[in-house]
Order: sequence, then C-alpha cells, then structure tokens
Amino acid sequence: MSSHGIRDRVAIVGMGCTAFGELWDKGLDDLIVDASTDAFTAAGVTKDDVDAYWLGTAQSGMSGITLARPLQLEGKPVSRVENYCTTGSEALRAAAYAVASGAYDMAMAVGAEKVKDSGYQGLNANNPPNDGTGRTLTAAAMFSMVAPAYAQKYGVDLDQLSDVLATISAKNHYNGARNPRAQFRREVSKETIRSSPRVAGGLGVFDCAGVADGAAAAIVVRAEDALRYTDKPLYIKALGFSTGSGSGLIDPGYDYTHFPECEAAAADAYAQAGITDPRRQLAFAEVHDCFTPTELVLMEDLGFAERGTAWKEVLAGTFALDGELPINPDGGLKSFGHPVGASGLRMFFECWLQLRGEATPERQISTDRTLALTHNLGGYPGEMVSFVSVVGTELG
Amino acid sequence: MRGIIATAGYVPYRRLARPSVAAFVGTGGGKGTRSVASHDEDTTTMGVEAARSVLRSVPALSPGALWFATATPAYLDKTNATAVHAALRLPSDVAALDFGGALRSGMGALLTAMAGTGTVLVVLSDQRDGLPGGADESFGGDGAAAVVIGDDGPGSPVVAEFLGAASATDEFLDRWRTPGDRRSRTWEERFGETRYLPLGREAFARALKDAGIEAAQVDWLVVTGMHGRATKAVAAKLGPGAEAVADDLSGSVGQTGTAHPGLVLSSVLERSTPGQIIAVVHLADGADALVLRVTEGRAGWVPDRTVDEQVASGAELPYGRYLSWRQMLTPEPPRRPEPARVSASAAGRSEDWKFAFVGSRDHGSGAVHLPPARISMEGGALDDMEPLPMADVRGTVVTFTVDRLAYSPSPPVVFAVVDFDGGGRFPVELTDVDAEALAIGDRVEMTFRRLFTADGIHDYFWKARPVRHRDPVPDGPPPKS
Repeated sequence: MSSHGIRDRVAIVGMGCTAFGELWDKGLDDLIVDASTDAFTAAGVTKDDVDAYWLGTAQSGMSGITLARPLQLEGKPVSRVENYCTTGSEALRAAAYAVASGAYDMAMAVGAEKVKDSGYQGLNANNPPNDGTGRTLTAAAMFSMVAPAYAQKYGVDLDQLSDVLATISAKNHYNGARNPRAQFRREVSKETIRSSPRVAGGLGVFDCAGVADGAAAAIVVRAEDALRYTDKPLYIKALGFSTGSGSGLIDPGYDYTHFPECEAAAADAYAQAGITDPRRQLAFAEVHDCFTPTELVLMEDLGFAERGTAWKEVLAGTFALDGELPINPDGGLKSFGHPVGASGLRMFFECWLQLRGEATPERQISTDRTLALTHNLGGYPGEMVSFVSVVGTELG
Repeated sequence: MRGIIATAGYVPYRRLARPSVAAFVGTGGGKGTRSVASHDEDTTTMGVEAARSVLRSVPALSPGALWFATATPAYLDKTNATAVHAALRLPSDVAALDFGGALRSGMGALLTAMAGTGTVLVVLSDQRDGLPGGADESFGGDGAAAVVIGDDGPGSPVVAEFLGAASATDEFLDRWRTPGDRRSRTWEERFGETRYLPLGREAFARALKDAGIEAAQVDWLVVTGMHGRATKAVAAKLGPGAEAVADDLSGSVGQTGTAHPGLVLSSVLERSTPGQIIAVVHLADGADALVLRVTEGRAGWVPDRTVDEQVASGAELPYGRYLSWRQMLTPEPPRRPEPARVSASAAGRSEDWKFAFVGSRDHGSGAVHLPPARISMEGGALDDMEPLPMADVRGTVVTFTVDRLAYSPSPPVVFAVVDFDGGGRFPVELTDVDAEALAIGDRVEMTFRRLFTADGIHDYFWKARPVRHRDPVPDGPPPKS
C-alpha cells in the first residue's frame, strides 16, 4: 500500500479563472463558458482537442451534462465530481490521473459554483433525507472552536490570539486588494476586523471567507507534450489527499488544535514531490483559509511553523506578501472569495500566474523558488477531507 | 395493596414573571411567576422528562402499560405516547395509549389505573396558552407529571395506598377550545363556580366514603383545575382545615391543566410521611376525587428530583422571548434555510438512537460510538458492538461556541463538545442555558427535545443542559449553582 504519485508526468498547459464575487448578472453557464474559454485560449486548443472533462461543483448542478450543455461538448466523457470544499481540486486530480494513466492525451478540469442565487447568507448544504439527528451548525461555529482550544493549549492570551487572527485577515485583504479578480479589493484594518459583528463564537464577519460565485479551469497533458502548448508549463509534482473517518467528532482524544487530515495530505504530497523543508523550498502557498483560525493551524499542519509557534510567525510577518513564505498572495478564500467548486482550481490559477511571473506587479513574488503549494480542505474539525498539491515550473 | 409506587414532576426551566406582562401589554399579569416550556419542548418531551425521572427513582420496575394524557397534544391522529415509549426504551408488548383532548383526561387516567390491574405508567403533560394580557396566559403553566400505579411488590413497594375514589359528572359550558385554536374560551366565571362547588363536594364526600375516611383525617388536600375561583372555594369548603390545603403551585408554576393533579400530588408525596392521608380533587367538567394513604414504603423511596427543587432552580424569561416561543410574536429569523422534514423511514431505522440516545460500544476496544456504528473507530472490528444507552449519563463541556447564523426557532444556537463520564464524546446543542454563564468544564445532562417542525413532522432528538440537580456520579463535580 503506497501513494506513488505522478511527479513530473503531467503538466498544466492552460488555465482560466473568472473574477469572483456576487455576480448577479452571470449564471453558472456564463461562469463555465468564461473560465473554460480562457483556458482553451491559454493552451491554444479548442474544446474538441480535449479528450475528457471533469466538472467540480458542490451544489450548482448534477452530472457531466452541467458542463457539456454550456460548452456544447458532443459525445465526450464528462463527469461531475463533488468532495465538499475540495471539489475543484478533486476535478483536477481526476483529470491529471486520467492523463497520467495513458487513457487520454488531454483532459480538462473545470470548477464552478453559483452560490449567490440561494438568497441566503453563507454556504448551505443540501442534505439527503435523514433522521433529523445530524448537526445543523454552521461551518463558522465548528471552526470557531479551534481558536480557544489553540489559545488554551499553547498559553496564548485570547486577546493576543484575536490580534493574530486579525493579522491573518488583514494580510489576506492586503493581498486581495492587489488582485483584480478578487471579491474584496480593499485593505481592512485590524481594528475594523476585530470589531466586526460576531458570527459564531469569537469569529466575526472578517474572520470568514467571502461567499462568492466564480469558476476556474485547467487543461492538462502529458509532461512530455507540454511544451507544444506553452513555453512555461506547470508540472504537477504531487497530489496528496486524505479523508478522515469522521471519528474526530466523537473521539475524546481530539483537541481541536490541529487537522490530522491536512497533516496526512501534506506528508503524502511532500513524499511525492521530494520536499523536505517546505518553508524554504516553496515560493509561496495557497491554503484553505475558510476562517482565520483555520489558516493559523494550517501553518503548523503543513510544516511551515513548529507546533505552537505559528501565532508568533504570523505576528512576525513570516507569511506576509514580502515575508519569508507568502501565504495566499491572491487574497485567499477571505478576500478572493469562495465559490466552493472553483476554489481548489483558483489556487492552481495563482500558482499559474505567480510561478510564470504573470501576477499583477504589486503582488508578484520572486520566481527564484520554482515550487508552490495548494492546500484545499472540506468539512469541519474532526470530519474533514484535505488536499495538498505541489506544482513547479521545472522538471526534476 | 394497590396504589402509587412512585411519582415525579417536571417543571421546565424558564419562568415568566407575571408583572412583566403588564409592563409590555399595558394590562394583565399579576404576581409571582408561571413556568414556560422552552421553544424546544412540547407536551411529549415534557412527558418524557417526567417519565425518565420517575423510572430513575424505581430502577427495578418495568411498567406494563404507558398512558399519556394531555389537552395540548403534539400530534392528533398519531399517538404521542409512542414517542415517550421509544424514549424510555420500553418493550413492544407495553401498550402506549393517549388519553386525549380534555383537561379531565389526566385525572381520569390516574383513577382508571388505580381501579385497574398491572403496573401502569401514567404520564400527564400540558402546556397552557392564553392571549397576551389575558387571565389564561398568567394563570396557566407548563409541566408534566409521571405516576407509576400498581400492586405492592418486592423492590417496588407501594408508597401511597389507594383507598378510594369517586367522580361527579355534569355537562355544562365553563371552558372550551375548538381544534386548531391556540386560546381557550370561558363562560362567565360565576356560572362555573356555582356548578363546580356542589360537584367537588359530591365527589369528595363519596371518595371519602369509599375510602372509609373522615374529612378531618385528611392531612393533605390537593384541589386543582383551570377555574381559579372554584378551586379556591372548593378547597376552603370541603372540610379539612386550611392547614391541610396543599400549595397548588399557582404562585410559582401556574396551573398546568391536565398535568396539574399529578404535579401537585407529586410535590405533596415528596413532602409526606408514612401514615398521612392525601386527597386529590380535580375540577374539570365535573369533579374527580382520589384518596391515598402514605405507606411505610415511602421511607425507602427517594424521589429523583423533587418538584420543589425544580421550582427553585428556574430562571426568568423576558416577556418578548416568551411571546416568540409561543408564536404570538415573530422575530426576524437568521437568513438561513429552514430544515427539511425528517424522513419517516430513516427515523424508524434509528429509533433507539433518535428517541432514546442509545449509542454503541465496541467489545474489543471499548470505543463509544455516538451515533452507533457497525465498524469500530478503534481497531476496525465489524459488527462487534453492544448498544450503549447514554441518556442518563452525564458529561462535561470540553469546548463550546455560540452560532449566530445557524437556523434555530430561538437563535442563537449554543453548541458544545461534551465528553461523557465513562467514555464517549458527542458534539451537541445545549438548551436551558445562558451562554454568558457557560464555561468549559461545566457539567451537563441529556434532555429529550423537539428540534424543529417541518411539514407538520416534529423532529425529536436529544440536547444537553447544565446539571442543576444532584449528580448521581460518585465523587463527580458538584452541580453548578
């Protein structure tokens, strides 16, 4: 039993990503067409060149028809996948493995979500018929339990932790303000963040990801074919994935200060990619900052900081745009917005821009380091799916 | 010897201070408080709490029948006693029957069980509504009582012997409510009083005769009924002196209608000593009277939690919140979708989990699974678990949060991760709680509640609430004051 990975066997040769936001004038089909068309253009191919398609959408549609109809794909194999908030990453994973297996020459992953047609705040799950005994708590409430647990375990004063969380939010807003596709393009002060209305526990509005519509798309081919489509392909170094058994919710041993699924996905990805010191080997990382305490804990789960020290690193600016390891240079879920099915691919899109030196100048990170990481999770503390990828611009 | 083997009352946690009514409405109210069922309680859930309590005080006993009486049933057509039956995990050969509709049905169920055979668990429950500022709103109360009636036996002695009973019946209009109405209507007060006085006297006299007891021998006289003037007048004129007239809880709990004879009887029995005579008279479309003698067995019976304890541990509810709980006022809800209706077949498959909070424990590892599982989270053994009833196991708050966005009939949702004594963890909603007073390490107990109603289907499940009564766990932390 091993996870062998597909290091350097598949490359991304074209990507597209719409602006994210409350896109009242765009439907799901528009978002799909816009992101897909940009990806076709970037790779210099047409929809007919692509052999197989995967659509990631959590709740905006069912079956491959949801993608085949707007793109008018005729007779192609098209599947819809869903895996909570890792749905977009799951689509890319399927496309990459399909090409790596030799089944297809070219595959495409599209992630799309139309969230803002529901008329409700936040994200809402459509649960299957059930016995009425399940939790009806919001994700914000579940993740809000992380902050006090972390503070207690590591002896951090709650007020100081609140400052740490506000620093994370302010950093993501700072980055998002420099990203023309982001939902919130405005810097926000820590004071504003800390005094925002409470949503759940100690979490305020500015501790929560933006709820947005959007879509992103990627086209993958065998690595050896990549230069036929672009002179700057993004090679897939690792695709790590870990699904918890859900037992964290009922296991008295779980303490809400770490996410074992994320640690496992990272360990798998680092092994696949041959990464031993992520903090020094990665140019930057895109992580799933659904709530500010999530990003804090992820810094430790992903090995960017020692256990119990991430809060100090945050305050020291380690993860700022000009820091040692920039985190979420595109603004993250907080500022870029979180269209569930698109978010995983949106993270790859930032890698596509940054590693190729194509990000807007005010947020462009040095391309001296050629590797980047994306981390995408779904679910809640104790009951989670987690994805970690590593991509790079060089083979070997 | 036949009679009462045990009783228990259930008084919900919240109280409406009657003076707060006039401050809001401009009229009505009065002195003292009334009990208020939480937004997640109904007559079925309150009945479950009373029944759990009475059975905890006589662990060796298994009732042969369950009778549930209320004038405010959660369901019509569908039997409500079956949910109580499921929550108590009674065997399927125990009939669960509703005595429905009228305020007289509770007392009627008690008399019928006394005159019958076998061991009967009689559960009385009621939730009294009235329009804002009206007399019923202030005079009424919410609560339940459970009375186990049967023959004297080893391990479950009769604590109050049934000596005699009588009824006096008459057809007249004093109080009525047509199906679907929230409010009751009443005729001019004096008319009912002139009817109830002779009916109460007649029933009481015949019950005493049946019991072979003189009025002067009665140590505790309980008179209940929704006609306040009539109950007072009857209590004063029946013969036992004023000192024998029991506190009918109208100042603290209010009149809980169908449940009230059982609730006051329970509070009296909890304070009684062997040899005392208790008489109960209930005025509702006639009068029913019951005479009991407290036995020597009373000395060995320890009530689970007394009515007095529960009356003392209540907390005030603002009038505005009371009105919203009674659907008299509709506050702005969170902008979240309301839950979908419960699936009948899914609920049926998980009856023990949903209604009785029964998890499972892996034989090999001892790992506790809530809800029950087939494959163990430790060791991975397949189908090697035993059912683990957790409803009466207390726990400790590990961490908690307040969710201001989640759907709730009464936001915000207070939610905690609870570790149970002896193993097992469950993240669960808290109820009867003041979030500001909650702390990590607080002790909680499970309580049967109605989560929401969709498509007319009530979603019954369990929540946790702070422990406010004696903790049965040896050396366990003391209850929160």
